[in-house]
Amino acid sequence: MHMLLSLITGMLVAAGIYLMLERHLLRILFGFILLSNGINLAILTAGRLSKEALPIIPPGAVTPEDSFANPLSQALILTAIVIGFGVLIFCLSLTYRAVSDSGSADADHMDRSEKRE
Amino acid sequence: MMMSWLIVFPVIFPLCGTFFLYLFRKHHRAVIAVSWATSGFGLIVSILLMDQVYILGPQAIALGSWPAPFGVVFAADLLSATMVAVTWLIGLGVVVYAAADLRFNTSYTRFHLLIHFLLTGVNGAFLTGDLFNLYVWFEVMLIASFGLMTLDADTTQIHGSIKYVFLNLISTLTLLLAIGMLYGATGMLNMAGLHFKYHTLSPGFVSLLSGLFLFSFSVKSALFPVFAWLPASYHTLPSSIAALFAALLTKVGIYAMMRIFTLVLPFEGTVWQTIFIVLSGLTMLTGVLGAASRFTIKKILSFHIISQIGYIIIGLGVYTRPALAGSILYLIHHIIVKANLFLVGGFLNRKFGSDHLSKMGGVYRSMPLVAALFLIPAFSLAGFPPLSGFWSKFAVIRASLETGHTILAATALLVGILTVYSMLKIWNQVFWEAAPADATSSPPVSLTETGLYLLPISIFALITIIIGLFPEPFFQHAERATVQLLDPTIYVKAVLGER
Repeated sequence: MHMLLSLITGMLVAAGIYLMLERHLLRILFGFILLSNGINLAILTAGRLSKEALPIIPPGAVTPEDSFANPLSQALILTAIVIGFGVLIFCLSLTYRAVSDSGSADADHMDRSEKRE
Repeated sequence: MMMSWLIVFPVIFPLCGTFFLYLFRKHHRAVIAVSWATSGFGLIVSILLMDQVYILGPQAIALGSWPAPFGVVFAADLLSATMVAVTWLIGLGVVVYAAADLRFNTSYTRFHLLIHFLLTGVNGAFLTGDLFNLYVWFEVMLIASFGLMTLDADTTQIHGSIKYVFLNLISTLTLLLAIGMLYGATGMLNMAGLHFKYHTLSPGFVSLLSGLFLFSFSVKSALFPVFAWLPASYHTLPSSIAALFAALLTKVGIYAMMRIFTLVLPFEGTVWQTIFIVLSGLTMLTGVLGAASRFTIKKILSFHIISQIGYIIIGLGVYTRPALAGSILYLIHHIIVKANLFLVGGFLNRKFGSDHLSKMGGVYRSMPLVAALFLIPAFSLAGFPPLSGFWSKFAVIRASLETGHTILAATALLVGILTVYSMLKIWNQVFWEAAPADATSSPPVSLTETGLYLLPISIFALITIIIGLFPEPFFQHAERATVQLLDPTIYVKAVLGER
C-alpha cells in the first residue's frame, strides 16, 4: 500500500511539474492542482498508513489500542486541502481576469509589468 | 499568566481589526479610526512583549491548554519579539501614510482591511512555535498579499501578480511537503521538540529536508536564482503597500530560515553553509546590478531589496555569534530604511504623477525637507557613517573577514559602492536636475495630507539616525537575541517546560 501510494505521489508530482512548465495559464493551474494533491498524498503516506483501528480511546483506557490510524496527518491534509481550495479559486479568478485583459492565455504575453520603461 | 497572554495579542488585535474594518467598510472615517487604533495598540503591546522577553527570557503559551509538544504553542524569544515590534512600527507608519496615499483608490477601505489581515499573518509567523502553524500563517500572509496586489488592479498589476502568485504558491507547496516529511520521520511538529529529534534522522534525510526548506524560503525571501517574482510585481503596487511588502514579506522568509536552521535543522558545518555563503554573494551582486539598470524609483528600490537580502543572510552563512548578531541588526535597519525609501518615493510619485526618473526634477530646490528625508535613508542604505546602515554593514563584513571569507567581504564592499551609484542616480535626477519642461503638474497636495505623508517618513528617518548615533544598545540587543538563537536550551525550556 505504501509503495502504491508513493508511486501515485510521484506520478502526480511529475505530471504537475510537467504541466507547470507549459506557458498556457490553465495548464499551469492544472499543474498546481496535481502538485498540491501529490503533496497531500505524500503527507498521508509519510504519516504511516494502517487499516487496524480508529484512533479512539476505549472507555476506561488512557491510550488507544496498539495499532491505529494516525489522525494528525489527516488533520494536516484537511487543513492543506481547504487552504489549497481557497487559493485555487483565487487563482482561477486571477487567470480569468488576466486572460480577458490581455486576450491571450500565454504566460509569455503577460509581460506588461516587465516592459522596459 | 497575564504576561504569557501578551504573546497572543499582536496576532489577535489585527484579526479583530480586520473584522471591524469589514463591518465599517462603508465609512471612511471609522475605517481610519479603527485602523490607526489597532495599529497603535499593536505597537504598544508588542513593545511590552519585547520588554518582558528582554527581562524574563523567552516566553511561551500553549493554546487550548494542550501542553507542548502536543498542541500548538506560541513562543517568543528576543528575535521574534523584536521582529513583532518592528512589524508594528512599520504597520502603524503605513496605515498613517495610507490615509493620504490611498485616498483616491476605489477600494480604499479594503486596503486597510487587508493590511491588517497581512499583519495578522506576519505576526503569527513570527510568534508561532509549531511548524504546521507556520505554514498556515504563511498562507494567511500570502492570501492577504494577493488581495492587496489585485485590488483595483490594472493590467500591469494583473501581469505582475500572475508571476507573484504562482511562484509563491510553488514555494508554499514545497514548505508543506518538507513539513509533512519531517512530521512523518519524527512524529512531531513542535519546533522546540524537534530540536532533540534531528540527531536521530539519517544525514541524507536531513540534507534533503534542509534543501526543501531552503528552496521554499529562498523563493519567499527572494534569494539569488529564484527572485524573479519580486522585481516583476512590487513596482506595480501603490507606494504604501509596496513599502509594507518590501519591509515585511521577504523578511518573514529570512526569519523562518534563521529559526529553522538554528533550532530545527542546525546546518553548522554542513554543505548547506557553503551554499548559503555563495548564495548571499550572488544575491547581493545580481540585486544591485538590476537596480543600476532601472530608471523608475520603485523598480530601483525593488531590486535593492534583493541585494540587501544578500547582506542579511551573510550571518546565517558565516554562522558565528558576531555574524548572526550583525544580521539581526541589519534586518531591523533594513526593514525601517527600505520602508522609508518607498514612502519617500511614493510622496514624490504623488507630486509628479509618475515615478520615472526623467519625469521628475528640482526637488532639492522646491522641497528641501523632502530632499533631506530622502538623503537619510538613501545614505543609510548605502552604508554611510554615521547612519544605521554603516554599523550593520560593518558588523557583517567584519564577521566575514574574521572567519576568512575574504571574497564575500570584498563582494559586500563592491555592492556597497554600486548601491551608492544607484542612489546617486535618483539623487542627481530627481533632486539636483531642474524639473523637466514637460513635467505634468499634478493637483496640489493639501497641508494635512502632506503631514500624513511626512510624519511616518520623519519618524523612520529619526530612528535611522538614532541607531546610527547610538548603535551600542541595538548591538547588545541583537547580541542577546543571537545568544538565544545559537543556544536554544532556554527557548526549548520555555516551550516544553522543565524536563
